[in-house]
Amino acid sequence: MTGLLAATVRLPFLLFFGAFLFSCGVYGVLARRNAVLVLMSIELMLNAVNVNLVAFSAYLKQLTGQVFALFVITVAAAEIGIGLAIVILIYRNRETINVDEISLLKW
Amino acid sequence: MSAQEIAFVLLAVVGGIAALRLVTSRNVVHAALYLVVTLAVVGGTYLLLAAEFLAWVQVLIYVGAIVVLLLFSLMLTKAPIGSETLDNQQRGWAALVGAGVLAGLAFLVQDSFTGKRITLRPVRTAQVGTAIFRDFVLPFEVVSVLLLAALIGAVVIARKEEAPEGRPERRVPLIGRRERVHR
Repeated sequence: MTGLLAATVRLPFLLFFGAFLFSCGVYGVLARRNAVLVLMSIELMLNAVNVNLVAFSAYLKQLTGQVFALFVITVAAAEIGIGLAIVILIYRNRETINVDEISLLKW
Repeated sequence: MSAQEIAFVLLAVVGGIAALRLVTSRNVVHAALYLVVTLAVVGGTYLLLAAEFLAWVQVLIYVGAIVVLLLFSLMLTKAPIGSETLDNQQRGWAALVGAGVLAGLAFLVQDSFTGKRITLRPVRTAQVGTAIFRDFVLPFEVVSVLLLAALIGAVVIARKEEAPEGRPERRVPLIGRRERVHR
């Protein structure tokens, strides 16, 4: 039993949560046809990584993990901006954003 | 279990269900709304881990900006609704790979970190700011250049090509487009 002053959380709980989010993201990236849904799944994976970074930051009592999580959020914002621009351009040209129909570069 | 652990388990159950529904939902707009729930739960996890600044950044940037962007692009691309058009044929393999990744990660976590506990202690935002501007100044500047490049790149990619004077408007050429026109 822990008091209020020394509140603790089991580290594996957080890591399991992160692993579950990451697996959902992997499934989504592989199974979805719609490019926007693929991008959403990528966001899910990035969030899973961030959960792990913050959990380890708290576990190791260092701030590096939190700062890295901030950088990951920034890069994710840049990635989603570029990704959606590409998706909209493809839609304008091909009238579809199904990733299995856009296969020009596939052998 | 401490009160924090109970709160986290509740949050994690909600977030996990929302994440599952996000990748299996048949309606793209519902998927985006489940993404909001998942991101909010992740923000709640940050709050629970006393990373207050990060939690608000998560709410502002992810829930506020990125989800709105995703919803806008869903509307702009007129995404269809229906399971057979949202998932491809590799669904079984994808489920297999996802389950494999989950099993592998769960085994590793179980193997390495059982019994480890996080002692929660508040992190002041000033400490985060000091860490960024004392130890991570160079990455910070690089990230700002990256954001600028992404901003300009997104504008250049997504804008409609303006027709030069005297000539009819043409669309941005893409290889497949030309094929289709000639056929």
